[in-house]
Amino acid sequence: MHSRRHFRFLGFVIIAFAATMCAPQPPAQAPPRPASATQAGRGGNRAPDYPVRPPAPPEQVAHGQQVFKSNCSFCHGSDGRGGETGPNLVRAQLVLADQRGELITPIVQNGIPAQGMPKFSLTATDIAAIAAWLHSQPLSDRGAPSTLDILVGNAKEGEAYFNGAGHCTQCHSATGDLAGIGARYEPKTIQNLIVSGGGGRSFGRRPAGAAPPKVPPTTVTVTLLSGQTITGDLDHISAFVVALREPDGSYRSFARRDSIPKVVVTNPLQWHIDMLPKWRDSDIHSLTTYLVSLK
Amino acid sequence: MKVTLLLLIPFCLPRGSLAGQALDPALLTKPATDSWPTYAGDYSQRRYSTLTQIDTTNVRHLSLAWVSRLTAGPGGGEGGFFGPPATATMTGGVAENPVNIPGSTSGSPRLSGSILQVNGILYVTAPDNAWAMDALDGHVLWHYWWKSRGGTHIGNRGMAMYGDWLFFETPDDYLVSLDAKTGAERWHREIADFSQQYFSTTAPVVVGDHVLVGTGDDLDAPGFLQSFDPKTGDLQWKFYTVPMKQGDPGLETWATLDAAQHGGAQVWMPGSYDPETHLYIFGTGNPTPAYTAMLRAPRDVHTNLYTCSVVAVNVDTGRLAWYFQTSPNDTHDWDSTQPSVLVDGMFEGKPRKMAMQASRNGYFYVLDRTTGEHLLTSKYSDAANWAQAIKAKGQLVRNPEKDNTIAGSLVSPDNGGATNWYPPSYDPQTGLFYVVVRELYAMYYLTNKDPRMLVGLGGSEQDVVGSLGTHIAAIDYQTGKVAWRYRFERSAGGFGGGTGLLTTAGGLLFANDGSGNLVAFGLKGTQPLVPLWHAHIGSIENAAETYTVGGRQHVLVTAEGALYAFYLQ
Repeated sequence: MHSRRHFRFLGFVIIAFAATMCAPQPPAQAPPRPASATQAGRGGNRAPDYPVRPPAPPEQVAHGQQVFKSNCSFCHGSDGRGGETGPNLVRAQLVLADQRGELITPIVQNGIPAQGMPKFSLTATDIAAIAAWLHSQPLSDRGAPSTLDILVGNAKEGEAYFNGAGHCTQCHSATGDLAGIGARYEPKTIQNLIVSGGGGRSFGRRPAGAAPPKVPPTTVTVTLLSGQTITGDLDHISAFVVALREPDGSYRSFARRDSIPKVVVTNPLQWHIDMLPKWRDSDIHSLTTYLVSLK
Repeated sequence: MKVTLLLLIPFCLPRGSLAGQALDPALLTKPATDSWPTYAGDYSQRRYSTLTQIDTTNVRHLSLAWVSRLTAGPGGGEGGFFGPPATATMTGGVAENPVNIPGSTSGSPRLSGSILQVNGILYVTAPDNAWAMDALDGHVLWHYWWKSRGGTHIGNRGMAMYGDWLFFETPDDYLVSLDAKTGAERWHREIADFSQQYFSTTAPVVVGDHVLVGTGDDLDAPGFLQSFDPKTGDLQWKFYTVPMKQGDPGLETWATLDAAQHGGAQVWMPGSYDPETHLYIFGTGNPTPAYTAMLRAPRDVHTNLYTCSVVAVNVDTGRLAWYFQTSPNDTHDWDSTQPSVLVDGMFEGKPRKMAMQASRNGYFYVLDRTTGEHLLTSKYSDAANWAQAIKAKGQLVRNPEKDNTIAGSLVSPDNGGATNWYPPSYDPQTGLFYVVVRELYAMYYLTNKDPRMLVGLGGSEQDVVGSLGTHIAAIDYQTGKVAWRYRFERSAGGFGGGTGLLTTAGGLLFANDGSGNLVAFGLKGTQPLVPLWHAHIGSIENAAETYTVGGRQHVLVTAEGALYAFYLQ
């Protein structure tokens, strides 16, 4: 019973969100953002969007790191991403434009006295190696998986919320549908599922691991002028058409005009949608910690 | 009688080659009627047409005039064994080994920009592609393809026109000028440094002897607006949207000069133009790093000018006249590049010349466009939950609990924003500002504690976890209150209205319902929308436009790589 009820939840979201996610996105400058600015994010296998330098020999990169550490890291940080006085060099405009040290060399050899950078008497070979090492560093961690621990909530408070104010037990049970959920999904997935009920990008950018929970579909009842009612799983709906699948799999669609026929859509995830404006983040965090403890 | 007229008019009116193709600059300052000469139809960005041939009483008879499907890339001229004669594709571009990108080098193009219509000719773009087409039947006159060296191919918002010359931008950062008659390239100019990962999608805007050119970047390069000479392609001026050197105004709003120089504020959408004041009014993008303020804004005074702002620049000098920052020190990538719609009307009992913007952050702003004085801020997306206060001058104060956090914060809007690039519309007959509102929620996670790794768009994971759906909101600019909301069917999926709006003096509002339908709604005062007509044409890609050609009012929209023109049969 419990598990059935629970699993009834996710279907809608798969319809609604699959559509939301797949349909023409409202681009930000460009959302959905590609996994990495330097990797092709859209359109499958194709060339990178932006120039990628051919990789330098590993020994040159290692030498560059060595030279950098002993000469540059005092100001620019041991990783080149900026220190007490020197700016981040990995994504400095000049370094991005540089190919093999040709732009970096005059800076290193002449210094920038106005900005307090002294000159260094390094050889062209050493500077080219520094350039190779800088160019080998990722520009940012965009799209990289996170290793940070998100569990800050109090499991006891989460349990109290689950059994009390949250009314979660109306559909769910810690010993039924949610038994062992903490072993099935990682914490971030569980947290996203708490809010969404399933689907969407609850699974984020991480490998899915366990299969997403299955949710039953949104249903619709159409009442014709004759009084006849037809009920089934909602296929799609607009102001002009409503379409459904009857229990035997038959597909039926109806023209809609001026509220005729009468259409009633029942979304099993309605509670999760209604909660969206009401959640307190602290309750989400506590619930997550509690559900993660259900191993 | 009516039939006779309709038959005669096409033969009587000058068009195309008869009238010459050159754009009359006077068109640019008037609402469009027989042309669509600039990105938004006119400089005001109201996307309101005074045409009345199609109105609420006859729109149900609107029917297809023609459909024309386009192909991108070197084989992109029209033609086929059973079709009209093929049109040769002219090729430009500097890439020795052009990248292969479906939708640019082959296949169905993404037609998500504005289409110019001047003297009966349509000028259409997709990334790396440009076409001229006959507005009467969609016949392709010429096709131009740009060999690309790469760049983010997210879309292209269209062309600008000056006399017989066309201008458009490429994802690999060139401004290309074509001869409108032939499609032959006149010149191309590099407009941004590709190695800094700039990419260019916006439509240029021609104002007088200036081609105003913005660009974009998702790394952390500085934003700017440039003006080029339409004749020679020479740079006239360049206005940086962030401080670039000691002494620049606004530097005190950044933690360091280095942070400012990597501060973003890209100009990736076209602006509006006020001919009286010679001000070009445009929006700027988010600060970078986008999702944390640690390195760029550690203290309250660090608002990071001029990111997430409405900015007015004098087109003759390229100098700042005024600015208004809609999101000081933004941490959600909610830029303010949405159109600033220019409206002359009453405000608090006095006539005002205004600029109004529904921003990506869920708030609506009204400014005096002559001085930049703030007049009104209101929340148009009820779901928006990230602000904790409004300051005296109408600026929002972020709730830090709704930033990207390690434990995760439930925030609306999602990254895409309450609205985005798609154009709103202002209807002077109703006095209402119409905008498409998305009410999505996402969990915002900070994914790295080292702010130095959060370059550009790094350091954040945002998982969409719910939606209250999308709707059209009608905002009364005098009060900021929403007169009505028309909600698109939820489970229809897609993104109702999400490609922009058009209103007409015929009392109509055209929108994409996210279910594949172009819908004409009747507008009556402040009464809620009533759908009067629709056509299912698939995934709609841009905002509908309207103009008269051949004596008939047409409605033009794109879907799935094709153009659809409608008129009254």
